Amino acid sequence: MVNDETRALPDGATVADLVAALGLGTRRIAVEVNRAVVPRAAYDSTTLREGDAIEVIHFVGGG
Amino acid sequence: MTDPFVLAGREYHSRLIVGTGKYRSFEETRRAVDASGAEIVTVAVRRVNITDPGKENLLDHLPLERFTILPNTAGCYTAEEAVRTVRLAREAGVGTLVKLEVIGDERTLFPDVPATIEAARQLVAEGFQVLPYVTDDPVACKRLEDLGCVAVMPLAAPIGSGLGIRNPFNLRIIVEQSGVPVIVDAGVGTASHAAEALELGCDAVLMNTAIAGARDPILMAEAMRLAVDAGRKAFLAGRIEAKLHAAASSPLDGRIR
Repeated sequence: MVNDETRALPDGATVADLVAALGLGTRRIAVEVNRAVVPRAAYDSTTLREGDAIEVIHFVGGG
Repeated sequence: MTDPFVLAGREYHSRLIVGTGKYRSFEETRRAVDASGAEIVTVAVRRVNITDPGKENLLDHLPLERFTILPNTAGCYTAEEAVRTVRLAREAGVGTLVKLEVIGDERTLFPDVPATIEAARQLVAEGFQVLPYVTDDPVACKRLEDLGCVAVMPLAAPIGSGLGIRNPFNLRIIVEQSGVPVIVDAGVGTASHAAEALELGCDAVLMNTAIAGARDPILMAEAMRLAVDAGRKAFLAGRIEAKLHAAASSPLDGRIR
């Protein structure tokens, strides 16, 4: 689940793969897997599993 | 630089901090921010729309080499949510300065002070530089300063209300007691309110709706820049005492008979 939407990813997909698949490679974003922030340096080594709850955030206008 | 605004060890020229919400476009946001002269801008942390991430992003219009980006925790109702939001913001790479707000009531958007204190304590321990949105309560402000917040941000009035400074006396007490910058956050409606905050001795003002919601946001942004500047200068100049009766400006001697 990515931001509460179901997403199918190939077996063994990493956070880096997800970010690339979403076309967010160059954006200032952050990713959380099962409520733990994934450091950017760990995107390649963090493998996603069936049923993981993933949050992908960015910055929007706010006060 | 004369009379710099020092926040978390960094010097700024501008004492106006602006939000980036409620604008019609990124272009309008950028023009309003430019007109305001602000060097610190707030942003919110939200989910990326993964089915349509969009081509443009707010930060494309706010270069990090020009602006200090201050992520907020708007919409958080618990200390846990706020801490989680701030950790994500840090990982997105805009620094460690954060605007902490933990809301306690939906209708007034007044802060939940105990939860704000709890979140601030945890975030300070994790190395964040915390700017807490808080009620205009001197005791709450003192607690937040004592636990290591780099500034305190008492409200002037409810967020987005435009009511102006409801309790100037509390703000004066907060200014008098504080060893960290006092930034009035929320409730400003027009330029005179911003000037008043600085005249009272507050170090800076943070606003969003007052500019973004104006009929001409760019013009209002400029008005706010001038008001903050005027208020600060009036504070430094030392105003006259307010008196009940008149004191003639022209000499009494030499009047014609």
